[in-house]
Amino acid sequence: MTLDDLDCAILRALSANADQSTTRLGQKLGLSQPATWRRIKRLQDAGVIAGRRLELDAEKVGFGVTVFLGVKLATKGRVSLEDFERAIGAIPEVQTVDHVLGLYDYRLRVVARDLADFERVLRRRIMTMPGVGNVEANVLLSEERRPGPI
Amino acid sequence: MLDDIDRRILRLLQADPTRGVPELAEAVDTTPARLTRRLERLRSDGVLRGSHIVIDWKALGYTVSVSLRITLDKTVSRAFDDFIAAARAVPEVIEIQTFLGRVDVRLSLIARDLPDYQRIYREQVLTLPHIADIEALMTVATVKSDESLPL
Repeated sequence: MTLDDLDCAILRALSANADQSTTRLGQKLGLSQPATWRRIKRLQDAGVIAGRRLELDAEKVGFGVTVFLGVKLATKGRVSLEDFERAIGAIPEVQTVDHVLGLYDYRLRVVARDLADFERVLRRRIMTMPGVGNVEANVLLSEERRPGPI
Repeated sequence: MLDDIDRRILRLLQADPTRGVPELAEAVDTTPARLTRRLERLRSDGVLRGSHIVIDWKALGYTVSVSLRITLDKTVSRAFDDFIAAARAVPEVIEIQTFLGRVDVRLSLIARDLPDYQRIYREQVLTLPHIADIEALMTVATVKSDESLPL
């Protein structure tokens, strides 16, 4: 799908704040409410807007620690990747799972209440999974999302 | 502090942020007025910060996604600030994270295809200031990406 300037402006605005009404968004962009709505609908139908995500302060709801884990599988070929992916994705503290090429096989984003809780998740849930070999952990200090090339 | 009803509200909203007040009030067995007060409190306490759309970059032709793990030259006192300010100027960088660990900074980079990635990598990434080491992990498949918290 190719975007014009107004589509880009809509995407940028909704990436920053998806709670605003189509009326208000339209006013800012000089579009009528129905025209704004139609454009958003078109972006949704084309799959460009894949969904909406709630922004919570993780620390204030009790998750003080976020860790990025690089996981190397120890016994490749003997472990079913599908089984591994299903099992790792089912752990509630595991927020994202990416199959990657490079130094590691999987990249995980894991949340925990504190470092002790993280150790529990790592030792009891992740390290016990069949096939898990080398694991590298990096504790998240700060994070920022950028609008991207639009 | 959050009580059980707050947690239920946040769980439901996390699963579907488009849920309206009347429906949500019914789901947590309260009145719309009480729910609105709770939502206002969660917002003013900074627990609930709002919502944003998720863009599927693949649908816009960005088929390549790479995680760049960067170690900075920490002998330079402003290494982090300089590096992050310069990384913000690269449009294809969609996430910037800093870490405590072997990796200092991670950039999430998207590109249209491999030649496009090679160009961005050479012209805009390798030229970022104070890089001591850089490793790339190329995403083959995203298995899970909802980023929800286990409330």
